[in-house]
Amino acid sequence: MTVLAYLIPISLIIGGIGLMAFIWTIDSEQYDDPKGNASRILKPDYDDHPKK
Amino acid sequence: MLTLPTAHCALCMTTVEQGLAQLPGVHDARVNLTLKRVAVAADPDVTAETLIAALGRLGYEAHELDAGTLRATQTDKMGRELLMRLGVAGFAMMNIMLLSVAVWSGAEDATRIMFEWISAAIALPTVIFSGQPFFRNAVGALRAGRLGMDVPISLAILLATAMSLYETAEGGGHTYFDAAVSLTFFLLAGRYLDYRTRAVARSAAEELAALEVPRATRVVDGVETVVAIADLRPGDLVRVRPGGRMPVDGVVVEGTSELDRSLLTGESLPVWAGPAAEVSAGEVNLTGPLLVRVTAAGRDSSLHRMADLVAVAESAKNRYTTLADRAARIYAPGVHILAFSTFLFWLWFSRGDLHLALNIGVAVLIITCPCALGLAVPAVVTAASGRLFRQGLLIKEGSALERLAEVDTVVFDKTGTLTMGAPEAVDLAAQSPADVALAAGLAAASSHPLARALAAAAAAAGIAAAAVDAVHEVPGYGVEGLWQGRRVRLGRAPWVGTEPIDRTASYLEAGDGAAPRAFAFADHLRPGAEAAIAALKAQGKTVHLISGDSAGVVAELATRLGIADWMAGALPAEKAARIAALSTGGHRVLMVGDGLNDTAALTAAHVSISPASALDAARVASDMVLLGSDLTPIGEAARIARLATRRIKENFAVSALYNLIAVPLAMMGIATPLMAALAMSASSITVSLNALRLR
Repeated sequence: MTVLAYLIPISLIIGGIGLMAFIWTIDSEQYDDPKGNASRILKPDYDDHPKK
Repeated sequence: MLTLPTAHCALCMTTVEQGLAQLPGVHDARVNLTLKRVAVAADPDVTAETLIAALGRLGYEAHELDAGTLRATQTDKMGRELLMRLGVAGFAMMNIMLLSVAVWSGAEDATRIMFEWISAAIALPTVIFSGQPFFRNAVGALRAGRLGMDVPISLAILLATAMSLYETAEGGGHTYFDAAVSLTFFLLAGRYLDYRTRAVARSAAEELAALEVPRATRVVDGVETVVAIADLRPGDLVRVRPGGRMPVDGVVVEGTSELDRSLLTGESLPVWAGPAAEVSAGEVNLTGPLLVRVTAAGRDSSLHRMADLVAVAESAKNRYTTLADRAARIYAPGVHILAFSTFLFWLWFSRGDLHLALNIGVAVLIITCPCALGLAVPAVVTAASGRLFRQGLLIKEGSALERLAEVDTVVFDKTGTLTMGAPEAVDLAAQSPADVALAAGLAAASSHPLARALAAAAAAAGIAAAAVDAVHEVPGYGVEGLWQGRRVRLGRAPWVGTEPIDRTASYLEAGDGAAPRAFAFADHLRPGAEAAIAALKAQGKTVHLISGDSAGVVAELATRLGIADWMAGALPAEKAARIAALSTGGHRVLMVGDGLNDTAALTAAHVSISPASALDAARVASDMVLLGSDLTPIGEAARIARLATRRIKENFAVSALYNLIAVPLAMMGIATPLMAALAMSASSITVSLNALRLR
């Protein structure tokens, strides 16, 4: 059962990374224009200057 | 900020952004495809007109949006906050579930105790962070002396956490961390759905309002400047061009024209206006430019006074108790009494074993907790309003669907609602082709709606317009010209020297000594009007037509659409009184109208719909707004509203059924945390799936 001592922290850390990523996406307003973002990757010029 | 109703793909986005960026003075343009808007950062001297013209050349229709009106939608802080709490609760729920499954499947001793402590470490911060919306509402409700839905929710979450913490510390078996957190998660999901539905409706409604940019042209010493309407003061001079809407109440100082006041009174006949004539805000100037001296502006104008009246009356509508309110009213005290009496019973039965009694009491509270109840209504309303939104009907009020489902009588306004408010020449075949050709020749020189309709009808009938010399428009009267050396006129009845007939008409004086000919016009029927009325009748609803227009026109339209009950020449107060009379007669009335003269009626009705072209005040007063020009969605809306109400009731039945099975077990003290988790998840998923059937 000692394997649990590793597995539980690992699973929590991985879950935590997911949560952090989710919080980051919310904070950087990535849900404001889902349809536009889906289309934006099709643009010929690479768009490296997001909304000011 | 401009709206781009036709933008829909990646190509549109690129074209618009690059096209705008090439304009001088434009720094940056960014399209939001979800909202169909483009935000432009530019020098202050770049006007919206240049941008709109540039977009027009690119092939995109664009309209300016008033940034001030829109600001409220920009800050979507509350939505993001809810989403964040939902995400945290979801993360915690999955981790705790993982650990709980191990406990349920037989982890023992040290392992179990460690798992429970880890669960506690995750659950405690989650409940404190994610449960805040419920705790805040519960405190608010208690302060106001009420027992809302949030009081039992908060109590269940907090008691379950506290009880489990105590159990963990004691090493006992029954921890409900998973239940406490999943309860928070499911209820937050319901809250978020509810919030999204409202946010979408609010942003669409605000966009409609923002389309009317409140600006006017002020004239000071012969110099014209464009100012905000809010800056106008009584005594200022304002220039109103043909096609423009009166921004203020005032008196005409210079110029003659005709005014379309159909939005205010429902009359489809334009009214003559010249010096000293009084005008009110909301009227549309048709033919000549007018110089108007402001008598009342902004909040004092008749338009605003009317809108304020509506705002006061609106609170009456808020008194409607929704199905969810009614359910909560029975539910909240019921749960508390049930849990408390179970606690008392076990306290007596076990002869003072406080720990056991508390344990069972909390189990009852958790199992009865309204997980499904909190999702039952928002899930259905979201699905239904999403479906109607795609068909072009915007639901502004959450309870509007339920009220619409109860409607048995539908009252329509005529001008601008059943009809487009745009005239169409009729009976051209009855006139001699020579007259039509002459009239068309004169009409071609004017931009008056009647003249344009006449010219278009003549062209459609294949009659070439006669060549008339020296044509000039006499604003407010008509068009005059020379044809074969004779003076010919097309315009108002008194001006060409005849008596007006009882319909919208234009009169032609051919200069041949014969009596002037009348060209009659009928209002263009809105697309889908016949279909909507047929659908409503098929659903067994009575249809009425109430208009402020003259009897002849109203009667003709009523026969054409098969409406038996009609009323013409109705004043705004009479319209409202008629609806009040229907309501006291036991009918639930749906009012469909667009003008200022309808606002009182829209407010008085049980539920109301207005088209997007309606006056701002009318849109504010109504519960739903038709986004397109088609009326068909009204019939569909009535059907979906009935369906949605049935789904809500089904959902209540489903969650009641789950409670009926689980609650007796909990009261007997044989409920386990696993059972609580199963009952909660199963009922939540069932009601969500049932709601999805509406899509």
